[in-house]
Amino acid sequence: MSLVRWLKRHLVVIAGLLTLGYLLLPNVVVTVFSFNNPKGRFNYEWQQFSTEAWTDPCGVADLCGSLALSLQIAVWATLGATVLGTLIAFALVRYRFRARGAVNSLIFLPMAMPEVVMAASLLTLFLNMGAQLGFWTVLIAHIMFCLSFVVTAVKARVMSMDPKLEEAARDLYAGPLQTFVRVTLPIAAPGIVAGALLAFALSFDDFIITNFNAGATVTFPMFVWGSAQRGTPVQINVIGTGMFIVAVLIVLAGMVISGRRNRQKA
Amino acid sequence: MTTVTEAPPPLAPTPQKKPPRRRGRLTPYWLLLPGILWLLLFFALPMVYQASTSVQTGSLEEGYKVTWHFATYWDAISEYWPQFLRSVLYAGTATALCLLLGYPLAYLIAFRAGRWRNLILILVIAPFFTSFLIRTLAWKTILADGGPVVGALNSLHLLDVTSWLGLTAGDRVLATPLAVVCGLTYNFLPFMILPLYTSLERIDGRLHEAANDLYAKPFTTFRKVTFPLSMPGVVSGTLLTFIPASGDYVNADLLGSTDTRMVGNVIQGQFLRVLDYPTAAALSFILMAAILIIVTLYIRKSGTEDLV
Repeated sequence: MSLVRWLKRHLVVIAGLLTLGYLLLPNVVVTVFSFNNPKGRFNYEWQQFSTEAWTDPCGVADLCGSLALSLQIAVWATLGATVLGTLIAFALVRYRFRARGAVNSLIFLPMAMPEVVMAASLLTLFLNMGAQLGFWTVLIAHIMFCLSFVVTAVKARVMSMDPKLEEAARDLYAGPLQTFVRVTLPIAAPGIVAGALLAFALSFDDFIITNFNAGATVTFPMFVWGSAQRGTPVQINVIGTGMFIVAVLIVLAGMVISGRRNRQKA
Repeated sequence: MTTVTEAPPPLAPTPQKKPPRRRGRLTPYWLLLPGILWLLLFFALPMVYQASTSVQTGSLEEGYKVTWHFATYWDAISEYWPQFLRSVLYAGTATALCLLLGYPLAYLIAFRAGRWRNLILILVIAPFFTSFLIRTLAWKTILADGGPVVGALNSLHLLDVTSWLGLTAGDRVLATPLAVVCGLTYNFLPFMILPLYTSLERIDGRLHEAANDLYAKPFTTFRKVTFPLSMPGVVSGTLLTFIPASGDYVNADLLGSTDTRMVGNVIQGQFLRVLDYPTAAALSFILMAAILIIVTLYIRKSGTEDLV
């Protein structure tokens, strides 16, 4: 009887933890199978323990090249989308202007569109223009779809900013540029950083738009997609696990640092 | 969202200083120019090209010309309606499952996690950093023929039920609709959990106490207080799940078979392999129109237009 009552009380917790398990199960599998020594070309069945892939993560042709290319595209796309998106976010929050509704929908629409539609229409544009598909077309596409997400992230932060702080700066004879650099930018920084991180993650892991517009250029997701047809090397699991660990470490370090800073303030 | 409609802070100083004020009036346009130009050139203009391509006829060798050949749309729908139907069904089922699975976890993080809250949030987001293609491939191992999941389902005779429903075939889960829906649910679950969590976290805990004081049972409190207040999260979560899921072709390709192809698979195949651009453009245009109609109706119905 008490077991039933205990279950009833903790039903939400149990269901939530089961969902968390569902979310994490593939990562566990990816990690475990990075130590596999598969028999055939595909790494789907457990054979025996091996650390071979971990000692030689670049041992597969083109794998690390594609990873470097993905990082390169993600850095440039993040830079482009963050600059353009931050400018738009400031215009939207700080100024009144005509065609505001049109601008808002132009920013909302890319987020409300299935990726395959944007991918396909961009490809028709590039084909009609006779553009050479490759690094530049992928970069253009990535900046395009990351832009809206940066605008949303920065807008949220700038909107919650107290305009009185900038007025105070002006009252203290700070020029427009000085006000922006010394007051506005530092306060908006968390929103800009959040937008940039989101853009980086979106660009780095993008597959569908890249698949349409990359031509013969192979990014890391394109490499994984190709290997699903030709044979999956253990090394992609090593890279996947490595990225997971690095990301968690960065987040934890960030939390420790910000926690310490908050304590100092208190 | 209310702050948008409020008047912005008075930027222009006194009226007698005319030059800076005029410059200030143009400032927003200069700020908007590069980004908006980018979106017009690489988001809006492609839509025009796509619309034009969809009414062209011709061949790859001789080139295509606009002939207002609207029959392409009719042909595309009559040939590929099963894929369209499947997209809506799979994406709809995955969205419902995401809500069902995601709500308890979002609730747990918002109200019951205590000092574990940040850790669980990180665990929800962290899988993102392993490429989703690698994680989707992991489902091939998890759902493998004769693997533990299939074995368990078999011994509980659940596979008989799902076979009867047409979700699985025989002793297999891989290459069936069930595997595709499972993959879609998995891939878009965080997009449901995060908005749900954001709106649940905003709920004032005193409302729960008040409901309790008024003799509401826990379930009644949930039904009458918590769930209605979490509606903005439910709406944006379902949209963030349904829209990408309906256009997805990765899960259907990696976990499904030729019988589980969705409209995304057809568009991808027509564009990149068959090179039948008019049909592909028409299909993509239909998908876009369908999504826009569904999203508009849904937002109207749920009455949260400030979402946009």
